[in-house]
Amino acid sequence: MILAFDIVILVFLVIAAIISLSVKDLLSASMIYGIYGFLICLLWAEMGAVDVAFTEASVGAGISTVLLVATVFNTKRKSSD
Amino acid sequence: MLSKVFATLAVVITGSILLYGVTDFPAFGDPKSPASAGVPGSESVSQYFITESYGDTKVPNLVTSVLADYRGYDTMFETVVIFAAGMAIFAILRVVGDEKDSRKKRVEENTFTNGDHSRIIVGTTCRIVVPVIQLFALYVIAHGHHSPGGGFQGGVILGASFIILALSDHLNAALRRFSEKSYTIIAVVGILIYAAFGVVAQLLGANFLDYGVLQPLLFTDGPEMARSHSMLGVEIGVAFTVTAIMFAIYANLSTRGLLRNGL
Repeated sequence: MILAFDIVILVFLVIAAIISLSVKDLLSASMIYGIYGFLICLLWAEMGAVDVAFTEASVGAGISTVLLVATVFNTKRKSSD
Repeated sequence: MLSKVFATLAVVITGSILLYGVTDFPAFGDPKSPASAGVPGSESVSQYFITESYGDTKVPNLVTSVLADYRGYDTMFETVVIFAAGMAIFAILRVVGDEKDSRKKRVEENTFTNGDHSRIIVGTTCRIVVPVIQLFALYVIAHGHHSPGGGFQGGVILGASFIILALSDHLNAALRRFSEKSYTIIAVVGILIYAAFGVVAQLLGANFLDYGVLQPLLFTDGPEMARSHSMLGVEIGVAFTVTAIMFAIYANLSTRGLLRNGL
């Protein structure tokens, strides 16, 4: 556990979460959600849970983003709220 | 507007209750916490896994030994959950038959054209990268005993390699190599491989998924190595299902269930 590293990741995590919820363009929202997944992956790796970090990197940051983007392309791109 | 105020209020209240709950947690890595030291009067499970799992299973990565052996039943149904998710998406989205369906009208052929250099660059790069990704995925599956990885991660990476193929060219290029029929069969076969290890162990007189008794069938030195090899077997089963389902979900989502053209 390196405190400075933790704080940097957590701050970016909160920023990414807020942006991906508030942005109107759903394509950007899904890309930022991918960044959020990758930051969580860094956090897992930093806490020593390497297997969980690997799963998060492949599922959370990889496949989920692709599936969200595929869905955005087939629905509409603007969020209505 | 009022609903947003209420939503924010609900989030803030729930968040503060959760944060208040966190203050009762033991510190990170605290050796005296109940998870590490056990409750008074009984042995700690974590302590047992850390000291005994290598002797029990001869697998250095204790996450893999816990996932595929001590909690094999749990992992088997995790695989079934992924399978069920894929089948649910298939059941909701897939369009079969009926030519009148409005979604079929927006189908237009979408192939390489002369002079479209950007697609050639992307397509060629992906065709070079895909074999490397697949080799890495097989390494992750096979090396899960010694390093982070295993069936789930390797299966997702293997599925992602087919998705990259579909993204770079069009879905038909990927479907030619991994058709709807074959990915459905492979998804089922993965679970059957996993369950077969359990059933064979049962037939040999042990509990479901108790791999130690498979020793005479696997020609290993002892029940520990039989556990190690069986874990590789069930990881391969998990990888089959995850690969097939990941690609199936992408194929159905990106084409609105038509399995034509794609993104």
